This record gives sequence, C-alpha cells and structure tokens, in this order.
Amino acid sequence: MADSITLRVTRYQPEVDDEPRAQDFDVPLRENWVVLDGLNYIKDRLDGTLSYRWSCRMGICGSCGMMVDGEPALTCATFLVDHAPGPIRVEPLANFPVVRDLVVDIGDFLEKLPRVSPWIVRDDDIPVDEGESLQTPEELADYKQYSMCINCMLCYSACPVYGLDPDFIGPAAIALAQRYNLDSRDDGAAKRLDVLIHPDGVWGCTFVGECTTACPKDVDPAGAIQRYKLTAAMETIKSYVSPGGGP
Amino acid sequence: MTGTGTGTGQRAYRPRMSLWWWARKRSYTLFILRELSSVFVAWFVLFTLLTVWSVARGEERYEQFLDFASNPLVVALNVLALAFLLFHTVTWFNLTPKAMPVKVRGRRVPSTVVIAAQWLGFVVVSAFVVWLVVS
Repeated sequence: MADSITLRVTRYQPEVDDEPRAQDFDVPLRENWVVLDGLNYIKDRLDGTLSYRWSCRMGICGSCGMMVDGEPALTCATFLVDHAPGPIRVEPLANFPVVRDLVVDIGDFLEKLPRVSPWIVRDDDIPVDEGESLQTPEELADYKQYSMCINCMLCYSACPVYGLDPDFIGPAAIALAQRYNLDSRDDGAAKRLDVLIHPDGVWGCTFVGECTTACPKDVDPAGAIQRYKLTAAMETIKSYVSPGGGP
Repeated sequence: MTGTGTGTGQRAYRPRMSLWWWARKRSYTLFILRELSSVFVAWFVLFTLLTVWSVARGEERYEQFLDFASNPLVVALNVLALAFLLFHTVTWFNLTPKAMPVKVRGRRVPSTVVIAAQWLGFVVVSAFVVWLVVS
C-alpha cells in the first residue's frame, strides 16, 4: 500500500476567487483513515485556511457531508483506502450554494424543514402527570426508519429534481413529515397535507431514487415520498366523495 | 456562475446543473430512459385505439390499418416501443413495493413477494392474451 494519497480538494475563497478551483494535498494513506481524517490533516499540518464542516466524526451529527469522487457521502464514513490510489476528489455538497471551500449554505434546507411541522402535533394536550404515551413495537416500527434521519442533506445533493428546481421541498423534509404522520401519537397529518400536496411537495418528485441510494442511515426517502403520493391521492379522492369532511 | 448574498456579506458560488446531468451517472441515465418509456407507452395506447377504431370501421379500413402496421418503419418503431415497454414494466414492478408497503396480519410483506406477485399477474394475463389470439 502506498504511503500517501492525494486529496483533490475544492477551494473557493469568495474574496479572491470568481469560481471554485481544485487544490491537491498529499495526506498519509492509513487503513483506518477516513476522508475527514485527511481533511483534518490538511487543516492541522498543511493549510490552516481550509474550511469545512464536521463535528462528531461518527455518522451521527450529519455535518461532514461532501461529494467524494462525485458521490454525496459522509466524509467520516468514507475510507481513503476504498478510493485508492486516488487522487480523491473532495468537493462541496452538490446543489447547494458554496460559501467557502467545502462549506455550503444550508439556509434553504433549514427554512424548508419546519414547513412540514416535524414534531408531534396533538389535537389535545396530554398532561405530563398522566404519564407516557405508550406505543406498541408495531406502532414504533411504522415510523422508526424515517426517524433515523440526521439532516445531513446528502439526499438533496443526490436529487436532480432539487438541483434543477430548488423550490422542491426535498427528500429529507418529506421523509420527516412521514416520520410524524405515521406516528400513532400524532394528529398533524391534515396540517402537513397542504405543504406536501403543494406542487413543490411530493408531486415534484419524479422518483429518481438516488436520495435513498445516498442516505447513510437507510431512511429511504424515495419510498416515503411514493407512499405519501398514494396517501395524497386517496385524500383527494376522499375530499371529492365527502366534500367538507376533510382528511 | 452567480454570486448571491449569504447573509455573511460575502457572495456564495451557486453552481448550475449541466444540461447533460443525466449522462453523468448510470442511475440517472436509466431514470431518464424510464421517463422516456412513457412516450412509447402512450404510442402503444394510441396504436391499440387505432386498431379498435379500424376494426369498428369495417373490413376495408382494417386492411388499410394492417398495411400501415406492416410498414417496416412502423414495425421498427413497434419493436423499439416494445423494448421500452418491457423496461417500463420491469422498473414499475420493481418500484411498486416502495410506494405500497403491503401488510398482512400486521407484518410487512417482503418486497420480493410483492414483485413476484406482480410478475405472476403479468404471466397470467399474458397467457390469457396468447390463448385469445391463438385459439
């Protein structure tokens, strides 16, 4: 195994660059090193001006998503040896504006998330002294998969629909809406319906399926979206059959 | 390149997607071909309607339709359309379990069973059509 590997890192410094450029750095090639280790090596030893996001380095915080050799990936879970002999292209997440180097502007995503009310919505408040709202294992299984989302935005980066139409609310937001819609304790499905059946909602999705491929947590946002399309279609039919009844 | 405000007083670089984005990756290309297959599905619907219409209009019109249908260009188009139709069917069947998680007695039916059930339906209907045409 070679001693080192080249990381071809995208640099963009808005005060001097008109557009991003690539810069090569040689980093040690160690069996247990991930791309993020390589970036930290660059930051600590080679060029302290390199900017990128990271936090937990264990696939939980969702901060270190970047394009590695053209594919959206968590850099803390992408081993250098799997991309040897290199050079490994490390670029900012696709489909997002680049603020600096590998840092993207996530403002659009953060604005979209709360639109689907990703929290438990109740018609009535249950007082705390009444105890827990119990669920059976089957009820938990209905939504658990969708609750694993870490908001890493890899799915937005993989989605050509979002790339072409940034108004599309996007895979993670819809999967999170489903996470609460399918929760037996939640009464917010009707509230989320208006957002989800908007043209920028589920119907924007053309089922490319790449969001599911990119997801590091097996959330399957593509599945969530298609399931919701069926729900939305049924709700629409119901509203014709019993107008005013509502979902 | 477009510079936009980021709220930090600096301009962000907003990359544009290439018109050829779908050629960049195999899965994107397959997706575009799947979308394109809808055009051929529409063509087969039209072709079937034309068949029914010409049959209803009597023997002479039906003979004319048969002449049209045996034109090498139409045959070539139909062969291409059939290939796309099969591709459409295969992808449709494979994607169905994603949209319809089937539950039996509270348990999720595995995707493979849902896909297999659709193929079974496909074979039964195809066998019926073949029987109808041959007999």
